[in-house]
Amino acid sequence: MAAATTYRQGMRAGLPFLLPTLAIGVSFGVVTRSLGWDLGAPIVMSAIVYSGSAQFASSSVLGDGGTVFAAVLAAALVNARFLPMGIAFAPSLEGGPVRRAIEGQAVVDASWALANRGGRFDRKLLIGATLPQYVGWFAGTVIGALAGSAIGDPDKLGLDAMFPAFFLALLVPELQESRRARGAALIGGALALALTPLAPPGIPIVAASLAALVGVRQR
Amino acid sequence: MTEVWTTIGVLAVVGAVIKASGPVLVGGRELPGWANGVIALLAPALLAALVLVDTFASDRSLVVDARAAGLAAAIAAIAVRAPLLVVVVGAAAVTAAVRALT
Repeated sequence: MAAATTYRQGMRAGLPFLLPTLAIGVSFGVVTRSLGWDLGAPIVMSAIVYSGSAQFASSSVLGDGGTVFAAVLAAALVNARFLPMGIAFAPSLEGGPVRRAIEGQAVVDASWALANRGGRFDRKLLIGATLPQYVGWFAGTVIGALAGSAIGDPDKLGLDAMFPAFFLALLVPELQESRRARGAALIGGALALALTPLAPPGIPIVAASLAALVGVRQR
Repeated sequence: MTEVWTTIGVLAVVGAVIKASGPVLVGGRELPGWANGVIALLAPALLAALVLVDTFASDRSLVVDARAAGLAAAIAAIAVRAPLLVVVVGAAAVTAAVRALT
């Protein structure tokens, strides 16, 4: 690769995501405390699971009286998108299986999209960009869990609208890449919306990745 | 609480396995040419789905609520090339305002 990126540059690229991730982390802390979780539970979960969508999915299943199995399944489905994303990232990683497995943990939506160079991935940029988001997510959860109901209903602050806005900001430059990219976005979006009433949460997002198959004849 | 802690423990392992499987199974092999074309389009396909589902899905139903106003604000902010933080905070502020008024 020509211009070598550093972890520091990756961290800088990930910095704009610190505040939104922190805010969503706060709302995760508040929501789980309102479900009656111990103080440590949301904090430990954010530290070792580190996946906003999966954590919200599983906590809401448990909150609705679902079983552990149902909660884990919901979260696994929500996170199934990391399978194709990990396969895409794989050739850009270095070293043996253990190091690859560990570095693969750095894949989160925003970093993956930032580090995408038309199918190749900038490894240091991806890992660096995840660091500020991890800090934001963890710190936000701690704040939310400690403050609990003192913060009030996080929905009132509109924090849940931050994520679609943030994914849209990543999507727009992708759409400017090519006609194929616009086609894939259109099919993927339509597929996800069509499946929402029909499939459990998470599946519509995974199914949207099938839209990328329109790229099969490229190159 | 036992259920919560069990879920957290199992999920930590399941999540790590999901994220590790691509990198470990594919290893350092180069993917075939056709796969590169597909992978390049994964980002637009997945991001479009995330935008729409996060805005219009409420569990298993499709709804147009305050989040749609937030997304409209985000579109406007992106159109005038506002910084990312403005896009994201603006979407939250508009969504909060609509919720406060309705």
